[in-house]
Amino acid sequence: MRKAAAYLDSASSEPLHPAARETLLAAYDRGYADPRRLHGAGRDARLLLDNARAVVAECLEVRPDEVTFTPSGTSAVHRGLLGLRRSGTLAPSPIAYSAVEHSAVVHAATWAGDAVELPVDRLGRVDPASIPGDAGVVALQSANHEVGTLQPVSDLDVAVPLFVDACASMGRLPLPRGWDAVAGSAHKWGGPAGVGVLLVRKGTRWVNPFPGDDRIDERASGFENVPAALAAAAALRAVVTERDEVNARQSALVDRIRTAAAQIPDVEVVGDPVDRLPHLVTFSCLYVDGEALVTELDRRGYGVASGSACTASTLTPSRVLEAMGVLTHGNVRVSLTRDTTEADVDGFLAVLPEVVRDIRAEAGL
Amino acid sequence: MRVDLELDCRGMLCPLPVIELGKRYAEVPVGGLVAVVATDVAARTDVPAWCRMRGQEYVGEDAADDGSPRYVVRRIS
Repeated sequence: MRKAAAYLDSASSEPLHPAARETLLAAYDRGYADPRRLHGAGRDARLLLDNARAVVAECLEVRPDEVTFTPSGTSAVHRGLLGLRRSGTLAPSPIAYSAVEHSAVVHAATWAGDAVELPVDRLGRVDPASIPGDAGVVALQSANHEVGTLQPVSDLDVAVPLFVDACASMGRLPLPRGWDAVAGSAHKWGGPAGVGVLLVRKGTRWVNPFPGDDRIDERASGFENVPAALAAAAALRAVVTERDEVNARQSALVDRIRTAAAQIPDVEVVGDPVDRLPHLVTFSCLYVDGEALVTELDRRGYGVASGSACTASTLTPSRVLEAMGVLTHGNVRVSLTRDTTEADVDGFLAVLPEVVRDIRAEAGL
Repeated sequence: MRVDLELDCRGMLCPLPVIELGKRYAEVPVGGLVAVVATDVAARTDVPAWCRMRGQEYVGEDAADDGSPRYVVRRIS
């Protein structure tokens, strides 16, 4: 019989925070109108939208007029990065991005044309000295979404605009310093999907890379999802308030997973063991098909992700693992939700060795 | 490069080329060379990673007779 599931894939999407759920339901009744309209319902929607913006600004320690709600984290990445790029000279110089950026950054950078990839070390960390002098824009994530390694964003000393993809860390950790534009994604911190956050630093030259729109916020496009933005803000406030306690608890559980996984023969735990996101860990199991691993763990009630792409769907291995020079197959990313318990982790660690052993045995090893 | 054993892993998807390597590298004497011919791009990362994890030496990449990528490993233990 299938056991009660332990969902261990919050890095893909965190379950909706209870604070967001209440807010969302209430806001659907009050925030349906066009916030630009001058009638009562419009003013109500506008009030909620302004409130959402103010809360996000407060949580991220930025100005409200630096906050734009977008339809997704990906959209925030595209707008943020490409808008900085547009602000450059007539013949734009290349976007330099780390080899372990999220694919949204890579797609945007290569779509824009000239792009340079910065190498990373075995832990997945970029060396600030590798940024070429002719870069026009630098894109560097706050933390890696697959292996958790924190990037030295605050240590960068670049004269060109800096775009920071903070989707993996927003809410969980304070923003790094030195950015010109930042992207975040609400469903990664327990807000609803369909809400991204774009921050553009006051005074930064940012030019809309896409057709403009006539919204309250000049950087936004399309009819605002006011209830979802407000719910995202409520979740963010809750997460920021709770993060000292939650991070400490998650970090200890991740340490436990790191130690236990490393004891399984031919398993390598990757990413920085210390300077990392509190809630996620990745390890790779030699001779094991990642998809088989995910399937077998799911049968036992544990939902995890894999960066391996061994089988049919896509033949390209994880760019992140490849850039780090670590095993690209047999890969498992475990990411804890705010509610993950010690018992969930112990249960997972109890089944993991036999799952790995069984898959290896099937392969004749 | 002359090798002691060449494993034909053309068309195999990961992790099969590395499984083949893990099963058969000990057929060469210590100090001998094993080559993995693999068309799956993951082998380019996974063969060196296997060497690091298993304490063997990654010698480098060249090409098989038909131009397929070939990854050469020296057996250390």
